[in-house]
Amino acid sequence: MNYFDERIVITGVGLTSPLGDDLFTLRENLLAGRSGVTRFPVRNMGELPAGVCEFETTRHQSRKQLRVGTRAGSIGIYCANEAFASAGIEPAEVDRSRIGVYVGITEHGNVETETEVCQLFDHYDEDVKFWTHHHNPRTVANNPAGEITVNLGLTGPHYTVGAACAAGNAGIIQGAQMLRLGECDLALAGGASESIRAYGIFAGFKSQGALAQHEDPTKASRPFDKNRNGIVVSEGGCLYVLERLSDAKARGAQILGEIAGYSLNSDGTDYVLPNPERQEECIRLALKKAKLTPADVDIVSTHATSTPQGDEQECSALRAVFGASEGTFVNNTKSFIGHAMGAAGTLELAGNLPSFGDGMVHATINVEELDPACALPGLVCDEAKETKGVEVILNNSFGMLGINSVLILKKFHN
Amino acid sequence: MDKEKVKQIVLDIIAEIAPDEDLTDVKPEVRLRDQLDLDSMDFLDIVMELRKQHGIEVPEAEYRQLESLDSSAEYLFPKFEAKAVA
Repeated sequence: MNYFDERIVITGVGLTSPLGDDLFTLRENLLAGRSGVTRFPVRNMGELPAGVCEFETTRHQSRKQLRVGTRAGSIGIYCANEAFASAGIEPAEVDRSRIGVYVGITEHGNVETETEVCQLFDHYDEDVKFWTHHHNPRTVANNPAGEITVNLGLTGPHYTVGAACAAGNAGIIQGAQMLRLGECDLALAGGASESIRAYGIFAGFKSQGALAQHEDPTKASRPFDKNRNGIVVSEGGCLYVLERLSDAKARGAQILGEIAGYSLNSDGTDYVLPNPERQEECIRLALKKAKLTPADVDIVSTHATSTPQGDEQECSALRAVFGASEGTFVNNTKSFIGHAMGAAGTLELAGNLPSFGDGMVHATINVEELDPACALPGLVCDEAKETKGVEVILNNSFGMLGINSVLILKKFHN
Repeated sequence: MDKEKVKQIVLDIIAEIAPDEDLTDVKPEVRLRDQLDLDSMDFLDIVMELRKQHGIEVPEAEYRQLESLDSSAEYLFPKFEAKAVA
């Protein structure tokens, strides 16, 4: 049985971010203009600006699970449990074979491998008999999603969706697709990242000339600012409970938003450099699937990572699509929390989701001198903006190897 | 070094491996798996920590010697003694 024409809705959200471990706190901090970026010690590199999560790790996990598992798994477990609580669902009381888990990841395994290799070199003279037997279950690519199923005893399908920094959106899209295919009745979908625990991620961006540097860590992530100089790497996670509308209504669930449309495409051009023409195509395709026009979009949640070239190119794509849409506001959550990699798209969507209720558009902070190449008409800078109401949010997430994802949410109307 | 000290070493390792377990009343003559939530992966961790922390090797064929605190002390004590002499 399939449900191709079913509407898919969000009925719960669980998250951890550098600006709070629940939707309310994240939103409150975004509207208040507070940065969540701090200094974080990175092996071989000293202290660097980074976004760090401080959720209570043992709220939903035993200390043994915590020891055996990964940070990404722990983030996923926290988000999953919080998402179920938010949705008013007790996993033990529903058919756990009908719950699918789809976690977007930028990468996984770097942290665990790097840590093990460093220990071997630092303490054990490279003797592999000291290599942990936990290495393989920690580094298999399904790890964060699998740890969630182990923690909650879920027996439906689970896997991660590897989609570079487009992964958060991709996880949500996968969940929606599986609900429409009838592969599950409830999807836990989103993304997670532990990337700040691997110095190779920071070193790679630094070698690429794309790592943010600033004396004040709270000013390091500055998309669209003329003096932006790179990415602030962050950790985090955000999972949504997705359901078919008929199921959500049948159980009287709260409905936080509806998936209106989405699209994924590829640049097919470069390993690292983005391609604004393909980004524009991806945005237009998502709008077409949602049966919306650019003028229908109230908020564009940008991907912009604070790199000189990437921000400018996304703005070029946005100008092409939304140039004539005077009522469309544009913002950026990374300016507050940095780039949460596999969790970026899903956390940025969460940062904007409450707009359906409060009608506010959170700002883009740290734009002290707007880059003329990024001067989009609807860009909201410095302070949150009050609107007459938000009906549609379009969320961009793009990643290396030229992967683009666009997700459009609309306010739920019966 | 005596056998009681060896038992304490094993208990200290178990405290790291199974941090949720209450170890205040572990019976030395009873199998560890019968009184604590330990699985085969945990025993691999115990073997690894003996190797890392104390340079003690436990061949796979002899893992069962670690089934209780008493049997662990009997088996490991000579190894600790040999290490001390070396």
